[in-house]
Amino acid sequence: MTDQGIGASVKRKEDLRFITGKGQYVDDINRHGQTYAVFARSPVAHATINNIDVSEALASPGVLGVYTGADLAADKIGGLICGWMIHSKDGSPMKAGAHPALAQGKVRYVGDHVAVVIAETLDQAKDAAALIQVDYGELPAVVDVATAQAAGKAQIHDEAPGNTVYQWHLGDKDAVDAAFSNAAHVTKLDITNNRLVPNAMEPRAAIGDYDAGQDQFTLYTTSQNPHVARLVLSAFIGIAPEHKLRVIAPDVGGGFGSKIFIYAEETVCIWAAKKIGRPVKWVAERTEAFLADAHGRDHVTTAELALDASGKILALRANTKANLGAYLSTFASSVPTYLYAPLLSGQYDIPAIYCEVDGVYTTTTPVDAYRGAGRPEATFVVERLLEVAARQTGRDPAEFRRMNFIKSFPHQTPVIMAYDAGNYGASLDKALEMADYKGLAARKAASAKAGKLRGLGFSAYIEACGIAPSRAVGSLGAGVGLWESAEIRVNPVGTIEVLTGSHSHGQGHETTFAQVIASKLGVPIDQVSIVHGDTDKVQMGMGTYGSRSGAVGASAIVKAAEKIVAKGKRVAAACMEVPEDSVDFENGEFLGRGTNKKMTFGEVALQAYVAHKFDPEVIEPGLKEGSFYDPKNFTFPSGVHIAEVEIDPDTGHTRIDRWTAVDDFGILINPMIVEGQVHGGIAQGVGQAMLEHTVYDENGQLITGSLMDYAMPRADDLPSYNVAMTTTPCPSNPLGVKGCGEAGAIAAPPAVINAITDALGHEDIAMPATPQAVWRAVQKMPRKMAAE
Amino acid sequence: MTKLSLTVNGRRVAADIDPRTLLVDFLRNDLRLTGTHVGCDTSQCGACTVHLDGRSVKACAVLAASCEGADVVTIEGLASGTTLHPMQEAFREHHALQCGFCTPGMIMAGVDIVNRHGASVDESTIRKELEGNICRCTGYHNIVRAIETGAATMSSAQGGTKIAAE
Amino acid sequence: MQAFDYRRPGTVNEADLALKAAPGARLLAGGQTLLPTMKLRLATPDTVIDLSAIASLKGIARKDGGLAIGAMTTHATVSEAADVKGTIPGLAALAGGIGDPQVRHRGTIGGSVANNDPAADYPAAVLALGATLNTSKRSIKADDFFQGLFATALDENEILTEIVFPIPQSFAYAKFDQPASRFAIAGVAVARTAGGVRVAVTGAGQGGVFRWTDAEKALSANFSAAALDGVKLDPSNVLSDVHASADYRAHLVGVMARRAVVS
Repeated sequence: MTDQGIGASVKRKEDLRFITGKGQYVDDINRHGQTYAVFARSPVAHATINNIDVSEALASPGVLGVYTGADLAADKIGGLICGWMIHSKDGSPMKAGAHPALAQGKVRYVGDHVAVVIAETLDQAKDAAALIQVDYGELPAVVDVATAQAAGKAQIHDEAPGNTVYQWHLGDKDAVDAAFSNAAHVTKLDITNNRLVPNAMEPRAAIGDYDAGQDQFTLYTTSQNPHVARLVLSAFIGIAPEHKLRVIAPDVGGGFGSKIFIYAEETVCIWAAKKIGRPVKWVAERTEAFLADAHGRDHVTTAELALDASGKILALRANTKANLGAYLSTFASSVPTYLYAPLLSGQYDIPAIYCEVDGVYTTTTPVDAYRGAGRPEATFVVERLLEVAARQTGRDPAEFRRMNFIKSFPHQTPVIMAYDAGNYGASLDKALEMADYKGLAARKAASAKAGKLRGLGFSAYIEACGIAPSRAVGSLGAGVGLWESAEIRVNPVGTIEVLTGSHSHGQGHETTFAQVIASKLGVPIDQVSIVHGDTDKVQMGMGTYGSRSGAVGASAIVKAAEKIVAKGKRVAAACMEVPEDSVDFENGEFLGRGTNKKMTFGEVALQAYVAHKFDPEVIEPGLKEGSFYDPKNFTFPSGVHIAEVEIDPDTGHTRIDRWTAVDDFGILINPMIVEGQVHGGIAQGVGQAMLEHTVYDENGQLITGSLMDYAMPRADDLPSYNVAMTTTPCPSNPLGVKGCGEAGAIAAPPAVINAITDALGHEDIAMPATPQAVWRAVQKMPRKMAAE
Repeated sequence: MTKLSLTVNGRRVAADIDPRTLLVDFLRNDLRLTGTHVGCDTSQCGACTVHLDGRSVKACAVLAASCEGADVVTIEGLASGTTLHPMQEAFREHHALQCGFCTPGMIMAGVDIVNRHGASVDESTIRKELEGNICRCTGYHNIVRAIETGAATMSSAQGGTKIAAE
Repeated sequence: MQAFDYRRPGTVNEADLALKAAPGARLLAGGQTLLPTMKLRLATPDTVIDLSAIASLKGIARKDGGLAIGAMTTHATVSEAADVKGTIPGLAALAGGIGDPQVRHRGTIGGSVANNDPAADYPAAVLALGATLNTSKRSIKADDFFQGLFATALDENEILTEIVFPIPQSFAYAKFDQPASRFAIAGVAVARTAGGVRVAVTGAGQGGVFRWTDAEKALSANFSAAALDGVKLDPSNVLSDVHASADYRAHLVGVMARRAVVS
């Protein structure tokens, strides 16, 4: 099965429906008798709700219901939750305000959901929503994370004085302070990690359906984790007990984290389906998504690096204010804490690290995980410090990094993470060669001759993913375990269904998981179906995010496959009449050791179900096994990306001339799919670094609220990528995979900014480095360095 | 209500529609051709791209009523029975899709690019011509490869002449 | 969008009658601006008059020593037409750079010019080339046509039918796009016409497209990029937004003007 098994670049099975327009996304699904929901949203950033008058809306043609927060409260529907408890330095639990699915008493950001109109047609719902009258008592907006905690700022939640959710820290302050006081050189940077709007191409959508005869709810939703949605909607929000709530996440058009969270709209749709007695469908419009989808990033950081005289790093410290937005979204508290600070060692041997993080409320859209979730923020801090430190001390940026690389494993960092395996020098060497680093000076000269400015930037990143060992994250405040489940159902004729708790919204699991089965059970991939996304089919799972589906999801499949083989051996032994422990399984066949007896996998499957040849008291009929796999450790993908840019000083336009990516993801299940993940991640990282700008005005209005003002990367913004892999297998899971889904987005931004600053001879430029920003930086260059 | 009659994927279609019906909504809701997707509300993302009288257009920026007598081809009309169009094959060959949401529009745009630029359309032209199609998943690299391949195979399938989508 | 009465006339005369019968009606050309606007409910006309069935509004012909382009001619058609490439190749290039291919397959020169978006490309060409705009009622000179942001000399019952471009000695257009909308932050059209050098700027003016008379004077004396050294656009009347402040935009106008002169 080598052409179909692990390591093969098999073309994707799921492609057929997508390339022929037969995908089934939530908006493609229509339920008989369905009604349409439109949400009325706050036009102001911060206000009390003094009165809501829905009478005109209710009387509007086609309207079946208009609901507000009071209606949800009357039905005892709970609020949206944040599932990760963070404690502050003083040991106190984080201070979180309530997050109702429809606003109660106050609105706290432009776009906050205030009411819902449900009508026969979408246009009727829109017309009626415009008739809802809300009397707002406006309060001052609090927009900027850097100043939101200042005295005199309006209080967004009573529970969080000073708009401070937590003041958290990690590391050894005393050791760091001592190191800095002995440092030969200190590099200090003020860094903003710019807020991003995820903008998966499929807008979020939900259909709530209620069967009164069976007292059964069904929710179709654009979710990365339907079981988590069911758990939260059932246990915390109180829609229905789990066994009465089915959640289906069919084809989903991209997530990038934004579709992890349990949002107001799907909560209201499923609740309203019972109120209305008909299915309720909601589909976000893009400008609505800009306001209503969780945003990403938005950190303001002061960071410092201490070096000794030889250039060895002594310590790193960072002080970060993290914007959490107006309410805590499902995982929001964890992203700027445990998904961020533990990565501040980067690839480097840093003896002492200390990081303080304030989680801060502002009257803006809630912020939560977005591709990379904390690790891009950490990598940007580390790689900018390394770059600037190299420049300031006159060292080559590649060799400065190399001299500080961790060189022996396992390596315990000062910030929780213990890196298990890696070879950072190998990645750097390969990247330098692929990027033709030696030729850079000549290329710079040629660009200068043509009146352009050329620069090259490194990003040596490491990240922690394969999220996560349950006890570890539990001890850090997570409310859930982060194992994954797989059930392998072998059919009597030998075909297989794998029911996985992972969810595929672009990652190609229908192919890669089938490849794992092909390798482990010898069954061709066209005889394997991967089933996901339906809580009625897959018993329980934790979903897909955090680059976990290879490391955790596929490992669960491996464990289940081991159990299948174990049982298969017992059945085969009985059938072949050989001792139980004398059966081997190779290349899809069960072999009686020392005999010429053998049975194919399909023959054994049939016998398992026919059950004629073994004693059912000893061996149960059937061939179906499951596994819940809890990872032993995070995994640690790492690599080196090199960006080379050419700037037109007349306009500030920056062209990416070439991109080199050398990544170590351990074992690759499907190299073609892995490369695709790297490509997509790089594009999002470039978007953050050069194009994507989420701007609020001082009243909390989102100025960049549509694709007309928020620049999504297009094909002509990006080059083709030169991608290569090095391999140090992951020692902590049976497949040796590390995961690859987020690495590009983590690696790319510092590579871009380091390249631009190299071209400009500057120490710093903020993200996004738009043409205007680059042009301004060019103006500040010494005359002789700027274009003729 | 307005009477409308046009050809969609080779079949004559007649309907009585509310004139404000966009072509994309007519395709998705009236004809149940849900392969054409809605990804934005500013007519920028291109997920709704179809062919109208042989040229790519954004179906969200065309009234169905304006298509009276016209010939519309959607993603569902590209394949010939079970034989995929060369561009569809090329997208699969090159892993030019991940979540699939932008894919129908991307494929229709790709076919149109090749129709206009021919078999040897270069990378820089392809990238520029994809200005009206946004993808969040792939980073475009494989999409460009797919369109380069689709260009070559479309032309060789027809002995070098332009192919309009059937 | 909100409901409307829909008309699809087959001739200009029918369109004229439909317009008179429905005050406040909107004319639908390519729809690439009007339909998105209506979807966002920023425009809510009671009647929409669709011009797409009027064959006489489409087409390109040599006429009166100039190039006559029907108002409903698409950008793609203009960019591909041998007549345009053979007489005003810079105009074909401009049309080929409007929006993206899908927009170019529907968007029309008449729709663009009648809308007068301050960042649209065509108004700069019409103004720089000193075109004549023929309507259902009269002829209007370019210098009299553009009257501010989204405002033209067209009255409510008037239909733009064709634009006649005199053939210039040379014409070129250079622009720098806003990365999100891909509209021009600064677009400069430079024409050497029978009446002298004309320079029209779009994307930058607070009142929409305008003629940069300082640049025209400098280029009339010496048609070269160097002639524009020291000719700076005063930023005080230049648009400013989150993508480009006035000083950067004014600078870009100068850069684009040079590029248009050189090309």
